[in-house]
Amino acid sequence: MGKVKCECGHVNPHGTILCESCGRSLTDEAKKENLVDMRYEGSARRSQTYNKTIIDKVWNFFSSVKVGIWIIVLILVAASFGTILPQEFYIPSNVGPEVYYEDVYGWFGKIYYMIGFHDLYNSIWFSALIAALGVSLVICSLDRVIPLYRALKTQRVDRHESFMKKQRLFAEQPGSLQEADMEKVRAELKKKHYKIREKNGSLLAEKNRFSRWGPYVNHIGLILFLFGAMLRSVQGMYVDELLWIREGETMQIPGTDGEYYVKNDQFTLENYEEGEDSEVFNEAINRVGTVAKNYQTDAILYRDENNGLPGAKPELSEVKHDDIRVNEPMKFDNFAVYQTSFRQDEMKAMHFALTNKETGREFGEVVVDLFDQQAMYDLGNGYKVELLGYYPDFDGFTEEGEPISKSPLPNKPAFLFNMISPEKPDGEVSFVEIQNTMEPLGETTYKMAFKNLETRDVSALTIRKDLTLPILSIGGIIFMIGVIQGAYWNHRRIWIREKDGSIYMAGHTNKNWHGLKREIHTILEGTALPEPEDRQTD
Amino acid sequence: MDKKKKRLYIRTAILGVLAGLVIYTLYTNLTKESRGTLEVGEKAPDFVLTDMNGKQHRLSDYEGKGVFLNFWGTWCEPCKKEMPHMEKMAQEYAGEVEILAVNVGESNFQVQNFADQYGLTFPIAIDKSKEVMNTYGVNPLPTTFMITPDGTIDQIVIGGLIAEDQVRALFEQVKP
Repeated sequence: MGKVKCECGHVNPHGTILCESCGRSLTDEAKKENLVDMRYEGSARRSQTYNKTIIDKVWNFFSSVKVGIWIIVLILVAASFGTILPQEFYIPSNVGPEVYYEDVYGWFGKIYYMIGFHDLYNSIWFSALIAALGVSLVICSLDRVIPLYRALKTQRVDRHESFMKKQRLFAEQPGSLQEADMEKVRAELKKKHYKIREKNGSLLAEKNRFSRWGPYVNHIGLILFLFGAMLRSVQGMYVDELLWIREGETMQIPGTDGEYYVKNDQFTLENYEEGEDSEVFNEAINRVGTVAKNYQTDAILYRDENNGLPGAKPELSEVKHDDIRVNEPMKFDNFAVYQTSFRQDEMKAMHFALTNKETGREFGEVVVDLFDQQAMYDLGNGYKVELLGYYPDFDGFTEEGEPISKSPLPNKPAFLFNMISPEKPDGEVSFVEIQNTMEPLGETTYKMAFKNLETRDVSALTIRKDLTLPILSIGGIIFMIGVIQGAYWNHRRIWIREKDGSIYMAGHTNKNWHGLKREIHTILEGTALPEPEDRQTD
Repeated sequence: MDKKKKRLYIRTAILGVLAGLVIYTLYTNLTKESRGTLEVGEKAPDFVLTDMNGKQHRLSDYEGKGVFLNFWGTWCEPCKKEMPHMEKMAQEYAGEVEILAVNVGESNFQVQNFADQYGLTFPIAIDKSKEVMNTYGVNPLPTTFMITPDGTIDQIVIGGLIAEDQVRALFEQVKP
């Protein structure tokens, strides 16, 4: 595959359509055309010329704009499928997706789940499509921006008349260029910020060439954006965790590698009150009953100074107090902790009174912390309560008569007490669950009378860290710069040439032909130069 | 000729970089769910826990002995079933294979009560912060990690060990 030498002497890369230098048509097809295709200045898109190795073939595939557009169409169509039914992320978490989709949406849901559309945006093939778009962007851009740059750099001032004749704006008139006219034209062009180059009596006026790079700058922004999105899967770049924390609890903050702990000092839910708050809320309060004003977790942030091995006792040093409210996260390092959800009135502790069944006399109160029980509660004067068993989520008895707890969560606590009194020093056994008491080893003199329930709220915090945000925003900014660069400026060129007793005029712009025509009109006003006509009528 | 070669190299390099990025992303996304969980053959992550008697146990201190690392909860029925087998094997293989039973963050009372009820003598520690549990990626209980004397994970058993022979076979595997 050789180079193509033009009649003007310039050596062009193989596949060039219009000579980079003088503009002569080099291919038979181009010679037949009435107007030349100026999209890439008739430069050689090299990809389409070498097709030997597998690398070239892959390259050429992605170099095609047609392929690129198909990828975009496929992504759009595929992405739309994900919106037919809610994604897995949004379905209730207490039902498995394999059941949920069929139950709620019938056979369609079943198929939807089977195809994998329930988690479409995280699927391999969707990621692969996005990746293909990225590759296509890189290769398409490289394959076009380099030859275009070359062609614009090597363009000659005195283009061949065949090139000029095939421009959309063109005029030809017998005669010769008058210096007075040219002076005027030069002055007008300068006023309009054209850069003027002259050679052998020919003139090339050009402006805003940089707008031709707009699409490529735009692509750089897009590629950066995709790169930023890709970085999310790099460990340490992106954290999105949920932490349920009860009032009074101190817990490790997930995603921080055990470095940070948080304590939930208190959770508060405030509502708007009629009369107390501004009147504008009254209507809403009357309509829906309660309107939340504030969800807040009073948090204390700690750093673990002994963050060596997992399981090691943390040595917490307080970092700061902060009130976490909706949209007002607690921030530290690159983390932000948001108020996400809550659950009110979870059982925390139960109060019982050791009571004589007959007389009703109480001999002291026992407080059983549902999260940290004691084996023995001494009430003094020979009265003691021994805890024999604790079943946080009581669910009946085994065949051997042993109480079962179905989970470690205190949803339905039950207790096996041994009540020791001066009369019964060995104790009497009582099995106590909510609103029910059993005496498995015979009738007792005493009972554990339920007195009180302590509850507390549970707050859900979202822990988020995203180091890719700066990259995404830089990508977005570059994207917009590219759009503006290509949209608000036009690359305009005007050629004037005298040859063999004729004056040739031609004009080219990458967009807004009307603007160029008007500009040429004012430039040529009062001169004898012919005004180029638009030869494309549609 | 040279120029063509150069072009081929450049193209190969660019495609290589792009392919690398794509494969890396797909790979990390694909393995996201299994990331953090351990696999057989990997080194068992070191940890330190304090048992019910106040004694500290660090996994790396057990080098040279096999370790039966068991995660359990008092409410978990299969855990109750395997505890007696574990107790028996702990006696039989004393000095060769050690049991470390890690409770997944219940109260001291519950754990002590359970240990008394089943007469357990091997060390039991409570993983209050669930840090060790998370490090080992434990989800269903019980889960048992068999760790060889050189500290690698020999087998991961998810679910209860019903038969004594099963437990004995596991002990035999990691015996020094």
